[in-house]
Amino acid sequence: MRKGNIYLLVFIALLFAFAVWSVVPLDGERLGRKGLTLGLDLKGGSHLVYEADLTQKDPSQSDDDAMEGVLSKIERRVNAYGVTEPIIQRQGHDRILVQLPGVRDVNEAVNLIGQTAELDFREPQVDSSGNPVLDDKGNMQWLKALATGTDGQEKELTGKYLKPNASVVLQPPANEPEVAFEWDHEGAVLFEQITERGLGKRLGIFLDNQLISAPTVQAVIKDRGVITGLTLEEARTLAIQLNSGSLDVPLKILQEQDVDATLGADSIQKSLIAGAIGLALVALFMVLYYRMSGLVAVMALLVYGVVLLSLFKLVPFTLTLPGIAALILSIGMAVDANVLIFERMKEELRAGRTLGAAVEAGSARAWPAIRDSNITTFVACIILYWFGGTLGAFMVRGFALTLFIGVALSMFSAIIVTRTFLRFVTRAVTSRSAYGVQR
Amino acid sequence: MMDIVGKRRWFFIIAGLILVPGIISLAAFGLQLGVDFRSGTTMTLRFEPPIDQGQLRLELTGLGYGEAVLQRTGDGDYFIRIKEVTLVEREGLVDSLESKTGARVTMRDSYTVSPIMATETARDAAIAVGIAALFMLLYIAWAFRRMPNPLRWGACAIVAMAHDVLVVMGIFSILGWLAGVQIDTLFITGMLTVVGYSVNNTVVVYDRIRENMSKGLSKDFAVTVNSSILETLGRCLNTSLTTLLVILAIFLFGGATVHYFILVLLIGVAAGIFSSIFISGPLLVVWGRGK
Repeated sequence: MRKGNIYLLVFIALLFAFAVWSVVPLDGERLGRKGLTLGLDLKGGSHLVYEADLTQKDPSQSDDDAMEGVLSKIERRVNAYGVTEPIIQRQGHDRILVQLPGVRDVNEAVNLIGQTAELDFREPQVDSSGNPVLDDKGNMQWLKALATGTDGQEKELTGKYLKPNASVVLQPPANEPEVAFEWDHEGAVLFEQITERGLGKRLGIFLDNQLISAPTVQAVIKDRGVITGLTLEEARTLAIQLNSGSLDVPLKILQEQDVDATLGADSIQKSLIAGAIGLALVALFMVLYYRMSGLVAVMALLVYGVVLLSLFKLVPFTLTLPGIAALILSIGMAVDANVLIFERMKEELRAGRTLGAAVEAGSARAWPAIRDSNITTFVACIILYWFGGTLGAFMVRGFALTLFIGVALSMFSAIIVTRTFLRFVTRAVTSRSAYGVQR
Repeated sequence: MMDIVGKRRWFFIIAGLILVPGIISLAAFGLQLGVDFRSGTTMTLRFEPPIDQGQLRLELTGLGYGEAVLQRTGDGDYFIRIKEVTLVEREGLVDSLESKTGARVTMRDSYTVSPIMATETARDAAIAVGIAALFMLLYIAWAFRRMPNPLRWGACAIVAMAHDVLVVMGIFSILGWLAGVQIDTLFITGMLTVVGYSVNNTVVVYDRIRENMSKGLSKDFAVTVNSSILETLGRCLNTSLTTLLVILAIFLFGGATVHYFILVLLIGVAAGIFSSIFISGPLLVVWGRGK
C-alpha cells in the first residue's frame, strides 16, 4: 500500500512536471504546438468575402436557392476541414461572408471553400483511324465520357454520382496520396460502360476543367476508383470537396483580412481577470473552511488545471466560449468531488476514526456519488456530441467534448490526486483540528 | 431538525410562483431572438482618429444597438454586425457616432446578411438536450436499480432539471419584453451548462438517500429523504456557492459581451441549488406516496 502511494505520487509529480513544461510559456513551442488554439469568439481569425457568379447558375434555379445551396456546401466543407464554429453568412445578394478562426494555412482554406470542385471523366478524342487527336502543342484532346444511365438517357459521368465517403489513402511503397471514391448505383452503371469500352486506353480525370490525372484503364470497374497525382494537401482538400459536392456557381474571393474576436478583445480580457479573481476566492474559501484538506484540494485543482491546459494545447482542441463554459462547469464538478470527499472525511472523523482511516472511508463513501453524478454527465455529453453532429448543431458538440474531457480529468483529480495527497498529508499533519474537526 | 420534506408544499408553491409567470410569458411572448438568429446588417466603419473598442461598444449601446458584435479588423477599422436596419438608419448611425465620438467616421461597406444560425439549429440543440435527458433518466434508473421504482428516481431528476431550464427561459422571456434582452448562440451554450449542472446536484442527494435506505435508517421514506437532504446540505451549499462565486465575479467584473451569458449561468445555478435541495427529494416522496 505504502509503496503504491509513492509510485502514485511520483506519477502525479511527473505528469504535473510534463504539463507545466508543455504550457510554460503558453505561446512557446512544445511538441510542435504553439499557444492555445482559440476560436473566432475569443481570438478572431480570417475574414473572407466571396462573390458568386450567379450568371452561371442552373437557369431553372432561383438566385436564392443557388446561394442557399452554396452556403450549405461551404458549411459542410468548413466543418469537414475541422474548423470549430465558423461564421458563414450570405451578404447582400451574391456575396458570402466566411469567418474562420486562426487556420494555419489561409490559402489552403481559401481554396477549399472557394473551389467549385466539379469532377468529371473524359475519354481521349480519336480520329477515324483510331489515333488520338493532338493539338499543335502535342497535348491529347479529351471528350466528356458519356454512357447510358439506368433511365436509358445518355449522361456525362461527373462527381454528382459519387457517394459522400471519399477518403485519402496513402499507397505503399512510396506512400503516394490517393483519393479513394465510391460510385452510387447510377455512377456504377455509367462507370462500368466507360471502363469496358476504354480498356487499355487512358481515362482523363478533370477537376474544374483541369486535368489532374489520366490513368490507363486496366480492368472493367463498377463501383469504386482512385484519383492519383495529387499532393497530400490537395488530396485532403479534394476528398472534403467531393464529399460536400461541387458548388452550383463559381466563387471569386473579394476580400481577405484579419479580424479580432467576435466577443471583443477588451471584453475577454476583463472576463478572464474576473474569472481569475473568482477562482482565487474559491481557493481562499476552500483553505479557510477545510484547512489542510482545502490546501490539498487547491493543490489537486492546480494539477487538474495545468494538465487540462496542456491537453488543450497539445491535442490541440479549439477553445471557444462554449468550451470555457464547459470548463467552468467541470472545475465546479472537480471542486464538488473534493468537497464530497472532505465532508465524508469529517463525518468519519467525528465518528471517532483515525485520520488515516477517515481518508480511506471518506473517499470510499464519496465514490458512488462522484461516480454516478459524473457518469450522468458523461451520458449527456455522449448524446449531445452524437446528436449535435447529426443535427448540425456544432456548438453543442464543442461544449459536449470539452465537458467530457473536463469531467473525466476531474474524476481522476479527485480520486487519484486528492486521495494520494491526503494520504501523505495526514501522515505529516496529525492534528484533527487542522482538518476542520473540533474535539 | 429542519423538516424540508414535511414543508414540501411551501417549496413547491415557491417554485410555482417563480415558474408560472415565466411560463405564461414564454407562451405569450416567447423569447426575443437576437441578431445571430435573424437577418442583420454588417458594416465596416473607419474612425479617424481611431477610437477604443470599449468606447465604441458603449456608444452603440447608448444608440440602442446593445446587441452589436464588434470586431476590430487588421487596420484599425471595425467590422460591426447589428440587427437589420434601413439605409437611412445606417446613415443616422454613422452621423450619431461622429457627433458622439468626435472622430471622422466613414462607412466603407455595408450589407444585409443572412442569420448566422438558423432557428432550426436552436431547435436541433433542444432536441439533442431532450434525447440526452431521456438517456440520463435511463442511466439514473439503472444506477438506482436496487431502489424501489428506479424509473421514478430518473424521472424526478429530469423534472428538477426541467425546472431549472424553465426558470432561466421564463426569466429571459420576461426580460425580453421588459428590457429588450435577446437570446443568442451563447444563450444555448448557457442552457447546456445549466442542464449539465442540474442533474449532477440531484444525483448527489439521491446517492445519500440510496445509502441511507440500504443502511435502514428509517422505515419512513419521508424521514430518510429528509435526513439525506440535510446531510448533504453542507456539501450542496459549499459546492454551489463556490461555483456561484466564480460566476458572480465574472458577472460583476467581466466584459459586457458575456454579461447575459453569465446571467444564464447565475440563474441556472441558483435554480439548481433550489431544485436539488427542495424539489428533487420531496418529489420522490410525493410520488412514492401516490399523492
